[in-house]
Amino acid sequence: MKKRRGKSRSTARKRPAPTPERVRVQMRVAIHSDHDIVTARQEGRLLAKQVGFSDTSLTLIATAISELARNILLYAREGDLTLGIVERNGQSGIAVVASDRGPGIPDLSRALEVGYSTSGSLGLGLPGVRRLMDEFEVESRVGRGTRVTARKWR
Amino acid sequence: MAVPILKQGPYLIASVQSALTDADLLELRNALVEKVGRFRSRGVIVDVTALDVMDSFASRTLRDIAHMIRLRGAETVIVGIQPEVAFTMVQLGLTLEGVATALDLEEGLAYLDRAAKTGGGETRSGGA
Repeated sequence: MKKRRGKSRSTARKRPAPTPERVRVQMRVAIHSDHDIVTARQEGRLLAKQVGFSDTSLTLIATAISELARNILLYAREGDLTLGIVERNGQSGIAVVASDRGPGIPDLSRALEVGYSTSGSLGLGLPGVRRLMDEFEVESRVGRGTRVTARKWR
Repeated sequence: MAVPILKQGPYLIASVQSALTDADLLELRNALVEKVGRFRSRGVIVDVTALDVMDSFASRTLRDIAHMIRLRGAETVIVGIQPEVAFTMVQLGLTLEGVATALDLEEGLAYLDRAAKTGGGETRSGGA
């Protein structure tokens, strides 16, 4: 009941409903402090290297992870980043899931606008990550938390 | 101190050696703003050759450093931004507007020498 209340969802790419992906390797990094941001992006870079991404893509992925981890700290104070090597339709890639039990995002479409920020930061967080990765989804429930999923395919 | 700051004549050189946390970046900013006064430095070089990620926070802090140092009467030049890092920064719209950059330490020193001769970098276009 009332399950969808206050829930908004946005998908960046207009891909059709994707076939299920297979997760080959997965790890979780708890985000509690700025040290964890560094840990998360270093672990993400190592995983992405296993997939065989180019140096430029490794930097894009590590930077996206950094922005997502910082968003958790800024808005929710703590949360988790799950990093995984994934396969779908014979393609390998990396999946980054940032989840927190923070305040949620009341106006998702505004949060995805370039230059919009409620934390006094540059506001590049979500639109920036969206630009760096191939797929990007946000689910957020006010008072419950936020979950951002981003994938990049090799 | 995560980033060593060396005094080289009228300049300060901060060479980033490894990945920096947000706290390390703020510490670097505060240390440079203080030292530029203590050593009466004319210029500051921040060498980021070792940085493999420059996200919005790092980029904003470097810009703040350059602007604060200018308010203290000295010039800052950021050197050593790697090609992949530059690519990612542009994708994110992080252009370090109003901040001097140079290829490497050598070019950075040459830039500061030129700026000293012409009485500061104020003659450059694109301040703010």
